[in-house]
Amino acid sequence: MAAGLIIFWVFAGLAVASAGLCITRANPVASALWLVVTLFSLAALFVLLDAQFLAVLQVLVYAGAIMVLFLFVIMLLNLGHPGPPDVKGPGGRVVGVLLGLALLLQLGVLAAATPPTQLQLAPGAMARASAEQGLVPAVARPLFDAYLVPFEITSVLLLAAIVGAVVLAKRRL
Amino acid sequence: MFLTPALIVSAVLFTLGVAGVLLRRNAIIIFMCVELMLNAVNLTFVALAERLGIAGQVFVFFVMAVAAAEAAVGLAIILAIYRHRGTVNLQNINLLKG
Repeated sequence: MAAGLIIFWVFAGLAVASAGLCITRANPVASALWLVVTLFSLAALFVLLDAQFLAVLQVLVYAGAIMVLFLFVIMLLNLGHPGPPDVKGPGGRVVGVLLGLALLLQLGVLAAATPPTQLQLAPGAMARASAEQGLVPAVARPLFDAYLVPFEITSVLLLAAIVGAVVLAKRRL
Repeated sequence: MFLTPALIVSAVLFTLGVAGVLLRRNAIIIFMCVELMLNAVNLTFVALAERLGIAGQVFVFFVMAVAAAEAAVGLAIILAIYRHRGTVNLQNINLLKG
């Protein structure tokens, strides 16, 4: 199990380092590519957390579709070259770092909390469930059973997003 | 086994996303930081799903759908603003500042 923990921290460090590079690069293309590295490392963490189906979705939807959309817009607006630095001045920087530290402190306290024991499953229950039912059915069954209404509403949301994006981005209809 | 480490990593990633939103002025980079925050939350959901049942993974599915919709609409808005103002630097977009 120690090997799993080492792999976890390697990918966690990769995710945090590339996220830090993503928010500091002046060039938006470099920023987007570092974000892709973060998303891939998160997919690896999902595998370690017994969410293999979501890891595949993460690579396909986030690292694939959404990041291509970002890069497409960056290229379309011709923002590929580093312009003048867009990081805020010293005042904004101090406020941003202080607020970030405060948030990290709060989240750190929350991270140390553990869920109540009567709600917890037996250790390894998720891995066993996906071994019995299969990786995709373990996620798909609740999706089409207990969460059927939200799932259907998602389709309306996506339709609204498609129409909205076309209306916003088109020069004239 | 990975619950506490995963929550710590997710807290750090979320904070980096918030810091990016607060420190940058390029609208597209701010947008990427929002995606980073959504991903940090996804990691929390997946880490807790390992202990508390499959519902967390279903929520991640919904978060991904909402993020995809948000990316499409948000980028369309940025495109429209760029066409209108010729820049995506938020310092120059101050129509609502009065």
